[in-house]
Amino acid sequence: MNIYVLVKRTFDTEEKITVNNGAIVEDGAEFIINPYDEYAIEEAITVRDEHGGEVTVITIGDEEAEKQLRTALAMGADKAVLINTEDDLDEMDEFTVAKIISEYLSDKDADLILAGNVAIDGGSGQVGPRVAEMLGINYVTTITKLEIDGTDVKIVRDVEGDSEVLETALPLLVTAQQGLNEPRYPSLPGIMKAKRKPLEELELDDLDLDEDDVEAKTETVNVFLPPAKEAGRILEGEIADQVKELVQLLKDEAKVI
Amino acid sequence: MSKKVLVLGETRDGVLRNVSFEAIAAAKKVSAGGEVVGVLLGDSVQSLGAEMIQYGADRVVTVEHEKLKQYTSDGYSQGFMAVCEQENPEAIVFGHTALGKDLSPKIASKLAAGLISDVTEIEGEDDDALFIRPIYSGKAFEKVKHKEGLLFITVRPNNIAALEKDESRSGDVTSVDVDVKDLRTIISEVVRKATEGVDMSEAKVVVAGGRGVRSADGFKPLQELADLLGGAIGASRGACDADYCDYSLQIGQTGKVITPDLYIGAGISGAIQHMAGMSNSKVIVAINKDPEAEIFKVADYGIVGDLFEVIPMMIEEVKKLKVHA
Repeated sequence: MNIYVLVKRTFDTEEKITVNNGAIVEDGAEFIINPYDEYAIEEAITVRDEHGGEVTVITIGDEEAEKQLRTALAMGADKAVLINTEDDLDEMDEFTVAKIISEYLSDKDADLILAGNVAIDGGSGQVGPRVAEMLGINYVTTITKLEIDGTDVKIVRDVEGDSEVLETALPLLVTAQQGLNEPRYPSLPGIMKAKRKPLEELELDDLDLDEDDVEAKTETVNVFLPPAKEAGRILEGEIADQVKELVQLLKDEAKVI
Repeated sequence: MSKKVLVLGETRDGVLRNVSFEAIAAAKKVSAGGEVVGVLLGDSVQSLGAEMIQYGADRVVTVEHEKLKQYTSDGYSQGFMAVCEQENPEAIVFGHTALGKDLSPKIASKLAAGLISDVTEIEGEDDDALFIRPIYSGKAFEKVKHKEGLLFITVRPNNIAALEKDESRSGDVTSVDVDVKDLRTIISEVVRKATEGVDMSEAKVVVAGGRGVRSADGFKPLQELADLLGGAIGASRGACDADYCDYSLQIGQTGKVITPDLYIGAGISGAIQHMAGMSNSKVIVAINKDPEAEIFKVADYGIVGDLFEVIPMMIEEVKKLKVHA
């Protein structure tokens, strides 16, 4: 089976976000594989181990993203592709990313493409479904279970807490939701092996794309932090009195009950 | 420049979701005096058209087909695209719901449009409008501008106020016939779990539990309080990891990001990832035995105490309030 995983390099969830001149300060921050993409990688490896084939992880970004691809290879992916846009693009949006990825995948005959259902930084969740649409294949988002039998696919997806059981077929793109699996940690032998696994680097030219083809349709003009939340009142006294006071405050002062 | 804007009306159990009315209010702003056209897809939705108009739509176009009874991206995109072809809109607004998140990138891709998703606020109302959306799960916000072509946004539930219902408003409700076909997905079963009560993303009140609830049963008093306040239940990752509840309840950077009017966190210490998911709630109440818990730093009101003592007392107090009201 020909399996591809879309991977994004994101801020570590532990990082405190700081902003300077309307942009997020990235210097010195730790970066990780987007946590939802880890579920996608894990599922891809599991499917390959069961059905045979090959797992290729793809990312778009700069040289730095190689680290996250090596981590995915150490988890067990077979090959990695870095589409390096550093020299070509200053601005990207979800259209840009989806266009580049779908161009790369257009001649690959992918049976299964996996992605995280959302990236924890931008949080738009658009890229997976856009890529599927551009490739003309079906997609299912926020999946929590995947069973493949030949080309038949049975899926459970999370819909705002409810579960839908779906039947569909390959080729297919799915986006991974929490609960799909428990991503493995790269093992030491895995890490050693990953160093020798193929990591291909491409640029827009190699995909016969130029900047106009992928020009962003939206533009971020400013980034800002929410107003600092001031610590409020810790109530005091007997617990019963505190609770009475709290409920009164919620009713009369905050007017939320 | 005034615009013609399409708004998808989303239904659950045969009634329009509140986010659809909020989407109409957003569409009004985006239209800058143009026309707001509601779109309803389903197998029996004609009767809901009037309500969209009462909430501000100028008219409504429906697509009815038995294959649209349940949402599938193929079915709904065929229905919505048929309306797009008839109406040729300059902007589209969806709710940022499970359905909106699933369908909007497909429609945007079909129309080669940009998509500004999860919008919480709109500044300005002409072509210079700026759309504010949370990034890094609400640890920061970005202002996004639409560059050119069709403008497409999804709005986060509970952030943009719906217009007041005006029962005197009227408008046309017309239909488009579409031959819905070639669905590549069949939904064989829907298992209702979390949304038997109120959906967390749209709830005005969320009562969340952490490791401090100590067991699945520990959520029961929280559920009772949530029910009493017409709210939903939520959880921290700690509670989910400990198997006290389903992951679908998780609030935080790798869970749901919520912005209710009132958030009550019980037995939650306030890990940075959890706070990313709830710190933009309008009023935050923290109940924790540990006075050093991080959550007190963002709470408007805090009680240092045992949730199993505090929550039942709150239930009694709220009940009293309801009796007197």
